[in-house]
Amino acid sequence: MKNLKYYRDRYVRKQPSAFCPGCGGGIILNCFVRAVDDLGMDRDKILAVSGIGCSAWIPSPNFNGDTLHTTHGRAIAFATGAKTFNPGLTTVVFVGDGDGAGIGGNHLIHAARRNIDLTVILVNNMSYAMTGGQIAPTTLHGETTVTSPYGNPESPFDITQLVRAAGASYVAKWSTYHVVELTRSIKEAITHKGFSFIEVLSQCPTQQRRIFNLRGPVDSLPPRILDLFAESTMVKDRPDRGGYVYAVPESSPEETLKQIQAMDGVEAKIVDHMEHGRVVRVEAEPLDVVQSKLLELGTVSEVKDHIDGKITLGVFEKKTRPEFTDALRDIMRKARGE
Amino acid sequence: MLDPGRHLALGNVACAEGALRAGCRFFAGYPITPASEISHHIAAEIPKVGGLYVQMEDEIGSIASVIGASWAGAKAMTATSGPGYSLMQENIGYAHMTETPLVLVNVQRSGPSTGQATQPGQQDIMQARYGSHGDYEVVAVSPWSVQEMFDLTVRAFNLAETYRTPVMVMADGMIGHMKERLTVPEKVDIVYRRKPTSKRDTPWGTDEPSGVPPMPAFGEGHALLVTGSTHRPDGVRNYAPEYHQMIVYRIRDKILNAEPKIRDIHRERLNDATVAVVSFGASARPSIDAVVKAREQGIKAGLFRLRTLWPLPEEDIRALADSVDSILVVEMNAGKLVKEVERVVCGRAKVVSLAKVGGVLPLGREVLEEVRRLAK
Repeated sequence: MKNLKYYRDRYVRKQPSAFCPGCGGGIILNCFVRAVDDLGMDRDKILAVSGIGCSAWIPSPNFNGDTLHTTHGRAIAFATGAKTFNPGLTTVVFVGDGDGAGIGGNHLIHAARRNIDLTVILVNNMSYAMTGGQIAPTTLHGETTVTSPYGNPESPFDITQLVRAAGASYVAKWSTYHVVELTRSIKEAITHKGFSFIEVLSQCPTQQRRIFNLRGPVDSLPPRILDLFAESTMVKDRPDRGGYVYAVPESSPEETLKQIQAMDGVEAKIVDHMEHGRVVRVEAEPLDVVQSKLLELGTVSEVKDHIDGKITLGVFEKKTRPEFTDALRDIMRKARGE
Repeated sequence: MLDPGRHLALGNVACAEGALRAGCRFFAGYPITPASEISHHIAAEIPKVGGLYVQMEDEIGSIASVIGASWAGAKAMTATSGPGYSLMQENIGYAHMTETPLVLVNVQRSGPSTGQATQPGQQDIMQARYGSHGDYEVVAVSPWSVQEMFDLTVRAFNLAETYRTPVMVMADGMIGHMKERLTVPEKVDIVYRRKPTSKRDTPWGTDEPSGVPPMPAFGEGHALLVTGSTHRPDGVRNYAPEYHQMIVYRIRDKILNAEPKIRDIHRERLNDATVAVVSFGASARPSIDAVVKAREQGIKAGLFRLRTLWPLPEEDIRALADSVDSILVVEMNAGKLVKEVERVVCGRAKVVSLAKVGGVLPLGREVLEEVRRLAK
């Protein structure tokens, strides 16, 4: 087992961290350097490219290798030039959700279409966090941000499905809660020949407090948002345990929790859920009997099935198709009559 | 590629040929009239010499990938026209801040906006100089013939590599779409960027008077920190005023201090001239006609043609102003270079503008008329 110092000494430039306390960026950097280390790669042949936004600071200046910190939204286009000219560079691009899917959305889908051998890690904190938490193309409908004080009138992209439809040959989605799966995916993406894309839901204690309507002391937020990611997601092809529902309270979750805890054979706790907000998670056996009783309590407005509103994570695509830098070398041979 | 010797060639083809001979091995572009033939020729020829042509999704991506390729070690180029040039401006600033050598050809057309999409213009010269936000000094050359489309594209690469800076080839739709004689030389002199001699050499600062630090490439073990943010000489982002002043003045001064070497003026019949026509690019062609005709009529006229447009050769313009009575500035826009000339001349001579928009060249007789008026 290698300790943190091992990774820090080898892969991290000695810097004070630019991240807010509890940022998901550190977790993603951690997963990235572990993936690189596990693969036993030559650090000198890795190029980390990033755009503008908090995600850009994951590799620059933290990653102690070649880094290219570019303009907002354009990281993939910069990476396209470097990778095309020198295919020997293992090129990993870090983009944000506004950066990669908003202003840079065009470069994202076209790089996927070309199937150029880049690994793109899109850090999704569901807002423009660095600029103050404005609506992003990933902000859920109805959510409150500084530019949607009455609720977001827009709906988000499903970025992984967008990139998959555009032709990416490796597509996965994880959250900063799923560090083992994420690290494994980064390794798969780096070794995969073609355009690899990983979306990572990432916590932002600074801006998501407003977005997810979280109350409480600031240092309680990072673990709570990670729990929220765990609560709001399910992993594709992983057997689902089930056996619980969410009781959406009329007003006070604490009040509703007290009432539910007074019921027989029921285990209940308050959880944060991305789709339903602050709700009471109710486990019981058998569930259907309890479910109807919950609505009779008078303080529960709705009962949601455990699967309702859950985001699916996992690996969505893994296929082989012609890769761009290879195709360009074929053209070179053809043009020279070889 | 064309064999060395004489050819009847299109301006845009001459530009592409010059690029390939200067060592360009990466080209990214997006279709736009009147620049497209550059990419047609590059797409056909660059793979034969081991280079790469990439058609990007837009002009923003084109310049971005050119910068990426340059840092991967390539001599790299893109070509566009006005609308694409406007889109590229943010990354042009990035290229200056990161001191990235590249060549950007703007085959100018008549704007604003879509304007007369296929017609020539010289309206982007101030955009070349000031188009991106922030302070920087641009290097721009301006060809007036098919031959110069070749020669100045080669020079643009050499300047880019020497000074580690983006260089603009400010052509126009007339030169780009014109066919005339091109002589491809047996050999062209080409320059390569200076590489660091040790891993301790930083690419972000130098004690050398040139102000141009060496430039390693990705994959060479330098753990490069390339960033458009204000950075210390070791590359680390730092927004302190002293670091910002240090970098802004260095990237500015390395060009201004080298101006005498970048300077490239074509002088014609200026020795005893009392009227000087100052022009550049396509509009210098009717200007030379007018000078020749004026001389036939006994008028002491001469041509002062800027082959390097930016940085402006202020010293030479001042000397010119001291030697003539009046200066006529001929250009295909609503009057842009003339304001710079007026600033530099500062009353030493009379400065008059002959500026024309509409996608058409000022005519030789229009220039001659003005010269005659000034000679009176």
